[in-house]
Amino acid sequence: MKYLDEFRNSEIAKNILNEIKKTVTRPWIIMEVCGGQTHSLVKNGILDMLPKEIAMVHGPGCPVCVTPLHLIDKAVYLAEKEGVIMCSFGDMLRVPGSRKSLLEAKAGGADVRILYSPLEAIRIAQQNPDREVVFFAVGFETTAPANALAVLHAKKLGLKNFSLLVSHVLVPPAIENVMEDVDSHIDAFLLAGHVCSIMGYWEYYPLAEKFKIPLIVTGFEPIDLLQGILMAVKQLEAGKYEVENQYTRAVTEEGNLPAQEIIFEVFEVTDQVWRGMELIPNSGYKIKDKYAEFDAVKKFKVDIQEAEENQKCLAGEIMKGIIKPYQCPAFGKECTPENPLGAPMVSSEGACAAYYHFSDMLRPEILDLNKIKSKS
Amino acid sequence: MKNKKTEFPCPEPDFDFPVITLAHGSGGKLTNKLLDGGVFKRLKNDFLDLRHDGAILPLEGQTAFSTDSFVINPVFFPGGNIGELAVNGTVNDVAMCGGIPQYLSLSFIIEEGLPVKDFWKILCSIENAAREAGVYVVTGDTKVVDKGKGDKIFINTTGLGKIHPKADISPARIRPGDKIILSNHIAAHSIAILSIREGLTFETEIESDTTNLNHVIKDLLDKFGADIKFFRDPTRGGVATVLNETAGQTALGMEIVSENIPVLPQVKAACEMLGLDPLYSANEGVFIAIVKPGIADEMVHFLHQNPKTEKAVVLGEVTADHPGKVLMNTTLGGRRVVHMPVGEQLPRIC
Repeated sequence: MKYLDEFRNSEIAKNILNEIKKTVTRPWIIMEVCGGQTHSLVKNGILDMLPKEIAMVHGPGCPVCVTPLHLIDKAVYLAEKEGVIMCSFGDMLRVPGSRKSLLEAKAGGADVRILYSPLEAIRIAQQNPDREVVFFAVGFETTAPANALAVLHAKKLGLKNFSLLVSHVLVPPAIENVMEDVDSHIDAFLLAGHVCSIMGYWEYYPLAEKFKIPLIVTGFEPIDLLQGILMAVKQLEAGKYEVENQYTRAVTEEGNLPAQEIIFEVFEVTDQVWRGMELIPNSGYKIKDKYAEFDAVKKFKVDIQEAEENQKCLAGEIMKGIIKPYQCPAFGKECTPENPLGAPMVSSEGACAAYYHFSDMLRPEILDLNKIKSKS
Repeated sequence: MKNKKTEFPCPEPDFDFPVITLAHGSGGKLTNKLLDGGVFKRLKNDFLDLRHDGAILPLEGQTAFSTDSFVINPVFFPGGNIGELAVNGTVNDVAMCGGIPQYLSLSFIIEEGLPVKDFWKILCSIENAAREAGVYVVTGDTKVVDKGKGDKIFINTTGLGKIHPKADISPARIRPGDKIILSNHIAAHSIAILSIREGLTFETEIESDTTNLNHVIKDLLDKFGADIKFFRDPTRGGVATVLNETAGQTALGMEIVSENIPVLPQVKAACEMLGLDPLYSANEGVFIAIVKPGIADEMVHFLHQNPKTEKAVVLGEVTADHPGKVLMNTTLGGRRVVHMPVGEQLPRIC
């Protein structure tokens, strides 16, 4: 398949790996921001192939993991409301709220539907004029244009029975938050390629300057990731800290301008709570007042406050790369994918689930950050 | 992908009513009308024709016995429908035990309002699938439930078949070094169903792989006998689930090679797009065999002669390392654990 096979070629991978091995002289900790990258790293067995000096840390870029508890509770509340069709991306369904998950609400009779695009929700709204259709608009900058477009479509069609429950989060403030944490050891970042395909990468220049870290815009296929890691290692070994673009086939410096225009027509930047972390200033989107009729929270006057997280869940520290999932006392014991205490154990992109399923039994030594750091 | 199955003839229904109602399940005249014009007419055989409360069967020796219920949305999908699925599913389960399927029971739970032409089409396809598999439907039942209490039609089938004289199928016989064989390309059924359910269209239509496997299993047992230790068909949960269950059951490890996994290009593309893993996707015409290492290559060559198993591969082997775990060597040269799925595969956001 074009654009896939050549980025999964084992010969090319071997060459890049050799170059990484030749280049690296010291231990480095690199955070891949996006859950899709985590997924690809573990699925392709890349963690197991890297030289032992390189430790990959899974970042907060898993939308399922960082959607705050109160929003899951709101989604469940709306789903259980008479006459509502709750539409969501698939992997939000299993995430536990403080009472239950959307999947449990569905089992209890709520009309919850899995969609691939918010535009499908528009069609459902047109077909069900006597029902209220709510789309759970979750995600990073990547999914924002489609969600914004759905609002514009609904407006144009004069739909009165369509709204969004918005939980949008933004990458740059999250990186800043991770770096400002005193316990953070991150040396470089692989930026989320798809987020940058929308937003470009100009907004990362100040971060590279401020924290003196290399930031590499990276794709999702094995060769992309290996190349991104190589670029990061080269910079680190040379003492450089620049924003570099590995994912040139999809990302430009300024990003997708028409998509950005649509986003900022409908959304504005707001403070956002990240599940397991805290409130991060200017790290999310909310619907502008002029489109308030499409804001489900306003439309249905949903008043649900942030609920208490399970204290045993150390998701925040894990998503900042401060501890590894296996260092959490609940990991694999009270907290498993079948019975998750927190969201990172739910999604296959979540750091805890990724560790639980894939990697830790193979090379335990790559997991121990402290050991690696103490050698440096 | 063009369906290799030949279209079967389905004459006009012999019914003078357009939809099935609660009355057709009441046990009275209308029930008889439905059965006489439908089930008894299409599935005619000496055992069924007795119209007894149950079937009286001449069984001797060791017998395989398996049951399965079929609930699927949509009922009609590219490459098949719930009727042939219900026959093939149970026929295959009996075959996986080393059995030669002979008799089936067939029970319908019909949601009131099912168009009679749909029921008829399902029945024709059951008739055809039973004929192709060489099994008799010998007993059955029909119930009709209120609208909203079912989903068009549910089917349960139970199958019986004598064990092949040369078969010795048991996970307890699996040893390190044994080879794991996968009979054909995977994930087509899952993607065919999903494409209809989600209204997704692809340039080439992806068809379900539903088919009977009993003849090919019998041929294998004729030829290789007890050198075959294990058969399973990776339906729900896919190949990953079967391998994990077997690893758990035998306390041995399974090691597979990702490059060897056969997936049709259009199915692979659809899986990429939808964020699904073919290893966890359902199949309805594929089996996994675990065999003595000496016969693996010969068996794969033998399977290649049959259109139903023309993409057969040696997927990997059984090992004493990492007991209870399934490991995959990735195309890149890395390794990863293939875990047991938790629930249904849910598409990812990005």
